[in-house]
Amino acid sequence: MTKTDLTRRRVLKSGAVAGAGLALPTIFTSGAYAFTNEPMGGTVTLGFNVPQSGPYADEGADELRAYQLAVEHLNGEGDGGMLNTFSSKALEGNGILGKKVEYVTGDTQTKSDAARASAKSMIEKDGAIMITGGSSSGVAVAVQGLCQEAGVIFMAGLTHSNDTTGKDKKANGFRHFFNAYMSGAALAPVLAARYGTDRKAYHLTADYTWGWTQEESIAAATEALGWQTVNKVRTPLGAGDFSSYITPVLQTDADVLILNHYGGDMVNSLTNAVQFGLRDKMVNGKQFEIVVPLFSRLMARGAGENIKGILGSTNWHWSLTDEGSKAFVKSFGTKYGFPPSQAAHTCYVQTLLYADAVARAGSFNPCAVAEALEGYEFDGLGNGPTLYRAEDHQCFKDVLVVRGKENPTSEFDLLEIVEITPAAQVTYPPDHPMFAGGALGECNAG
Amino acid sequence: METILLQLLNGLDKGSAYALIALGLTLIFGTLGVVNFAHGALFMIGAFCAVTLSKLLNLSFETVDPTKTDFLGNPLKVKTPYVEAWFGPDFGHALIDWSVPLAILFSIPIMIAVGFIMERGLIKHFYKRPHADQILVTFGLAIVLQEVIKYFYGANPISTPAPDAFKGSFDFGAMLGFDPNIIIYPYWRLIYFGFAALVIGAVFSFLQFTTFGMVVRAGMADRETVGLLGINIDRRFTLMFGLAAAVAGVAGVMYAPILSPNYHMGMDFLVLSFVVVVVGGMGSLPGAVAAGFLLGILESFASMNAIKSIIPGIDQIIIYVVAIVILLTRPRGLMGRKGVMEE
Repeated sequence: MTKTDLTRRRVLKSGAVAGAGLALPTIFTSGAYAFTNEPMGGTVTLGFNVPQSGPYADEGADELRAYQLAVEHLNGEGDGGMLNTFSSKALEGNGILGKKVEYVTGDTQTKSDAARASAKSMIEKDGAIMITGGSSSGVAVAVQGLCQEAGVIFMAGLTHSNDTTGKDKKANGFRHFFNAYMSGAALAPVLAARYGTDRKAYHLTADYTWGWTQEESIAAATEALGWQTVNKVRTPLGAGDFSSYITPVLQTDADVLILNHYGGDMVNSLTNAVQFGLRDKMVNGKQFEIVVPLFSRLMARGAGENIKGILGSTNWHWSLTDEGSKAFVKSFGTKYGFPPSQAAHTCYVQTLLYADAVARAGSFNPCAVAEALEGYEFDGLGNGPTLYRAEDHQCFKDVLVVRGKENPTSEFDLLEIVEITPAAQVTYPPDHPMFAGGALGECNAG
Repeated sequence: METILLQLLNGLDKGSAYALIALGLTLIFGTLGVVNFAHGALFMIGAFCAVTLSKLLNLSFETVDPTKTDFLGNPLKVKTPYVEAWFGPDFGHALIDWSVPLAILFSIPIMIAVGFIMERGLIKHFYKRPHADQILVTFGLAIVLQEVIKYFYGANPISTPAPDAFKGSFDFGAMLGFDPNIIIYPYWRLIYFGFAALVIGAVFSFLQFTTFGMVVRAGMADRETVGLLGINIDRRFTLMFGLAAAVAGVAGVMYAPILSPNYHMGMDFLVLSFVVVVVGGMGSLPGAVAAGFLLGILESFASMNAIKSIIPGIDQIIIYVVAIVILLTRPRGLMGRKGVMEE
């Protein structure tokens, strides 16, 4: 029989030592790093996750230009842009909280998995404290989820699906861009005023989250004003030639075609619809009309003359004459030689809003930043008075109804503003059924 | 009835594009024995020949118009195309307007050169390698070519309209006694169908009625024997590669007004064209053409609402379903020859 030295007292003692030893690193780290990627030196790193390859690469390039401009302005270089018109004066042009702003970029490729991978790499390898950008709702929802888990703030780029701040909303995610519901609420009255209340609409819809929510939003908004929805047809993403989806429209008694398409799909479906003479057609004694609810000036160029006279909505346009827009167009135009797109605008504004929230909170802690953004009211950033609603982290501001210009004076002058719909008209309750199903959850600081 | 007629017309023009690409693919496979995955990229380069010519004709000089201002408040720079300054506004404008048809002439030498460089520079080295190697190298080449195009032209589609004279559409319904405005079809698509028929006819006549074509056909049937007769069959096959590239190129040029060219349009067509070749029968030219039209029409019918409501999503998979059925019942495809890809 062997005798062991194990006594109850000794086991307890060594257990306590081991426990303290194990706990030691976390005590140190939690003291050193209160949250994910807390900036320790004289700089702070932001992660710009934009499509640098793939079909939305040109839009991504414009987003990146805007981010570079925002970083310059935050660091006190250039003419300051919208910092001069922004209602908050917390930013002083000396970086954020005195730390010089640096950035890393990632390529989303407009694919959810690639976008998550590049965001993850920027957070883990480059120490990005905030991730922003993107040009697709599928990507925005995916990256927003990742940032929530990682404990960093996500400032969405161009994403228009209701789901981003609806069923997929997250406590760490914020969207400045407008959404499909707002497009419907802004467009429907204009459509009814111009085309009458007795119309039959035929929807062609891109078959993914954004297309579905836009179709639902536009159909609901137009039906409320007396329109009928004849048919809703889902089309595959990147269908190329849409003629076989356009010709069945000719067989119905529909007198309006609504194209819930974006980017290349929008260019192709619109071009096909015009080629098939839809705009010259008379149905039910009325002129046939085409509507593109979400316009992108950058991509509308691909459709050439076909966009003339077509109604749609947009988040922002460079021809706005408020002081904020003028300042931004001037900085951007002087630096790059052409006016910024709506994607560039929302990305620039999101960067400023993030920096401002940090400055007001006095901390980079994501939870403090989120609190500073929630319920925040501001002005001077190009869309009039704006509210970052606390309940769903969605911005509420005026929406532009635009139309393809008949006589453009330059290659950028493609859209003209028909109406600026006031924010009140596009505001919905946080528990609206189109946004139901998700919860913000708790803020995660990592 | 109207729906069926319309979808038939739709299928014909889609089928024309498939047939033209598949024809080139089959020519290359039949002569050189190479499975060329870069063929879709040739179609895309053709479309960008139209874009390039249109850009060249639109090259402009700037004059300052002090009475107007640009978006920054500076005096507006007005652009005038050189061709309008050189040849007068009317003729210059007509040149720009007709840039797509003119691009056919512009594209043929370019496409033959591209085909020649591709074959001599890269693909030649893979003749004796397994088909898997050929597929990998040509697929890689396709990606390289599309990235090069993206670098120079960007990722957004570029509008390349047809001449004004061909805008609008033709009312078939009124001609056949239906109500007006029910069966209408864009003029340019009718032209595309006619153009495809012409090109296909020209390629077949060339192979059928010229000595060169006869030698090539002999080489396709039995390369060794033709070689033993002292004919340099390789050189002729290289020329056939150039010809196939030119066919894909002009198909792309004429397709530019239908689909605004973008850098990945080649890939979209390539996969379908391969299915077309397999269904038609590897190495069979009439098979490729017939299968091109057949699958174009089937795809068009499958996207009818009446059919989609019975089988949702059928428009996405119909081509592959047909391919499976045909390969199960006729393993060599519709008109495949014995011994092709069967060694």
